[in-house]
Amino acid sequence: MKLPIFILLFFALFFNQGRANTIEVCESCSYKNIKTAIAEAAAFDTIKIKKGVYREFNLHITKPLTIIGEGFPVIDGEDQGEILTIEADNVTIDGLKIINVGTSYTTDFAAVRVVKSENFLIKNLQLERLFFGIYLEKARNGKVINNTILGDAVEEFSSGNGIQLWYCNNVEVIGNTIKKVRDGIYLEFSDDILIKDNISQNNLRYGLHFMFSNNDIYENNIFENNGAGVAVMFSKFITMKGNIFRKNWGTASFGLLLKEINDSEISNNKFVENTVGINIEGSNRINYVDNDFRNNGWAVKVRGACYSNIFKKNNFFNNSFDISYNSKLNDNSFDGNYWSSYTGYDLNKDGIGDVPYRPVKLFSYIVNRTPETIILLRSLFIDIIDFSEKVSPVFTPDNLLDQNPLLKPVSHDIH
Amino acid sequence: MFKILKYSFYDLMRSRWSYVYFLFYLMLGFVLLFLNNDLSKAVITLMNVIIILVPLIGTIFGVMYYYNSKEFTELLLAQPVKRSSIFLGQYFGVALSLAMSLVIGLGLPFIFYGIFNSDAIANFSLLLITGVFLTLIFTALAFVIALTNDNKIKGFGYAILLWLFLAVIYDGIFLMSLVFFEDYPLDKFSLIATMLNPIDLSRVLILLKMDISALLGYTGAVFQKFFGTNQGIILSSAMLILWVSVPLYFIRRISNRKDF
Amino acid sequence: MISIENLHKKFGKNQVLKGIDLEIDQGGIFAVLGPNGSGKTTLIKSILGMVVPNSGSIKLNGKSVKNDWKYRNNIDYLPQIANFPGNLTVRELIRMIKDLRSYKKAEDERLIQLFKLEPFLSKKLSNLSGGTKQKVNLVLTFMFDSPLIILDEPTTGLDPISHLRLKELITEEKKKGKTIIITSHIMSFVEEIADEIVFLLEGKIYFKGGIPALKTKTKQPDFEHAIASILTTSYV
Repeated sequence: MKLPIFILLFFALFFNQGRANTIEVCESCSYKNIKTAIAEAAAFDTIKIKKGVYREFNLHITKPLTIIGEGFPVIDGEDQGEILTIEADNVTIDGLKIINVGTSYTTDFAAVRVVKSENFLIKNLQLERLFFGIYLEKARNGKVINNTILGDAVEEFSSGNGIQLWYCNNVEVIGNTIKKVRDGIYLEFSDDILIKDNISQNNLRYGLHFMFSNNDIYENNIFENNGAGVAVMFSKFITMKGNIFRKNWGTASFGLLLKEINDSEISNNKFVENTVGINIEGSNRINYVDNDFRNNGWAVKVRGACYSNIFKKNNFFNNSFDISYNSKLNDNSFDGNYWSSYTGYDLNKDGIGDVPYRPVKLFSYIVNRTPETIILLRSLFIDIIDFSEKVSPVFTPDNLLDQNPLLKPVSHDIH
Repeated sequence: MFKILKYSFYDLMRSRWSYVYFLFYLMLGFVLLFLNNDLSKAVITLMNVIIILVPLIGTIFGVMYYYNSKEFTELLLAQPVKRSSIFLGQYFGVALSLAMSLVIGLGLPFIFYGIFNSDAIANFSLLLITGVFLTLIFTALAFVIALTNDNKIKGFGYAILLWLFLAVIYDGIFLMSLVFFEDYPLDKFSLIATMLNPIDLSRVLILLKMDISALLGYTGAVFQKFFGTNQGIILSSAMLILWVSVPLYFIRRISNRKDF
Repeated sequence: MISIENLHKKFGKNQVLKGIDLEIDQGGIFAVLGPNGSGKTTLIKSILGMVVPNSGSIKLNGKSVKNDWKYRNNIDYLPQIANFPGNLTVRELIRMIKDLRSYKKAEDERLIQLFKLEPFLSKKLSNLSGGTKQKVNLVLTFMFDSPLIILDEPTTGLDPISHLRLKELITEEKKKGKTIIITSHIMSFVEEIADEIVFLLEGKIYFKGGIPALKTKTKQPDFEHAIASILTTSYV
């Protein structure tokens, strides 16, 4: 008895799919608004929205649907609340322009929200004047591709995040551009996420904010001029590759903040003109390989207990401070990096300096201890004590040195 | 006084040293711009030079000029000229010619590289203004030292010592007291300690205008807040002017009582 | 013309002038003599206001010179060491000094001719020999027509012809009724021109009067010996 029912069901499904219709929405079509189109559509139907302005919000999608915009039709939420909520599997949204999401202090209204669904595809959306952009809630196996999110955030408390993932699994976030929101991309309790080729710029707080999320990869993203930079916290097994962290330049800004991150890989990234390139707190067993640190205030700031980290083949160019430590203990290794402030020599011409390099300056040690002393930055006295500390270290960890400083920068062209 | 100023200035404008000084700045400007081609970067590098070298050169040049023109001074003393006019005239002659070498020497390369069409113009002018102030201050201090020491070697020694104190040792003491009293709120202290030393004051004024001010963190924010207000600007300018006028007062006073 | 009362001056612990009282009348040549360190130059510099006395008063034509500078318009001074700002030329220096005494008429042309300085006019002072510098010094001193002339070792470095010219100049100025104060180590020169001698010894005036009076006082036949005898008696 069981088998025929299964076959019947299968046929029903197949048949259902087979008669999937395309529904058009436009001013002169039979469907004049999206809400009725969604309500009338059968599962697996495609809804084509023609160019135009649709003043709608609270659109709940509760069945598998493909919604495609032609020529970027505008859905104007008129600040009333959430606009699209996906509560079914297999939903595709493509090519819409969604504006004027409602702002609330109690509910996180989003332009597009995915709730407990699988196999979703959200692509080519343009989101403007929003509160939250794309909000994935307990969603799995989906993709968020090539969306442009342009916010107008002014205050942290009254703005939302560009792309937010909360308790998600196996989602790809690729090729999105996110500007001027609170956090560009926000992840919490989300595992096996791939974040790739995104541009996150001019956001109020973090370009990327990462909490309690493991086994995630992010690569080839650009994080630029965000209020605080990128924060990765309380997570394990993260791979960060080929990203650019640039111009996060403010009194409390950094390119990348690592807090309680373990067993991760940071390679081929560029840290340029950040107040702090990487700020590391309580992070262990991380490999830093082939990164470039250029013109940062501090290239790497190590605070708190950080053990068994390896810095290898990185380039440090013209940073005010290369490495800063706040303790005399060192359990991290620096080996075979290029330091632009290295002044040693190479008699046997093997490309490796014959004198070890000490990346921690005395002044950076003092500033760590007494932050007010930073006011003496660039004083001649500081140069003198830095020099004497370099010659005979007293205050800085004496095993903190690069035994094999390179004379020429490493070229990381081969990815 | 203006007659003396005129002749001292004229005398210096023809001296080899003014040209050396002028050419040094000219070359420095061109080399810096040639090396990194970025106006605002060059301005930052220049800051280090101005903070250290301008006071040093002002001091040495001031002392040297005073001792070298001793006979000239005696010639003038027998003329119907007021004593303080002689020394103030000589002082302004030296200080102005040094300031001119600085401003023109650095100005030319930067104009050449298009400073007028650059955002760095404000920073650059600030740099030159502080440079001029430091010249005025340290030449005046040098004159006071030279006036009180007839022994050339001693005079040079004290002058170098003074420079060393304000450029290096002062910061050392400053740093030690910051570290020593780290448990106390230090904002006011560091503000005052900075205001009291013209080199530190200039350094901080310039640093705050540059974008490396972000490195200064919380302390920088406190300073920014202070120096950003009108009161802060007036107070720091007043401090610099005071640093010029107090030594000038001493030049007058000492020159009126001194035997030649 | 000059009246000095109870003049004291100390340099550190060294008491140089120990109460000088001196009246110098209008007209005539006064030679201030004395061994090294007797206070000759200090006395002259006090009159010029270059040295500030510890006590006592100096009056020029009845007016105190203290804290005044305009009275130096009436004084021409020839300093002992002629060193000038090296970057100026002779012509510029002369013009400068004239400029400093702006309203004075000067007869620099005549003096330049007298000392044959024309070839040096556009040379820098740092390139001149000691003697030439002294000639420039003389031009600067004599080109103004001031009632008081003070000459500190005027003969230093001069060749015989210029020496002669200098003597002529001094007598000429004397004829105009000027007061001339001279210090010198060359006794023959002093004897030849001085009307009156002021002899300083250890910061005090030991003798003031004419040369004959000095000879009588020391019971010596000639001037040079008279001076020598003062020195030997005082050193014993």
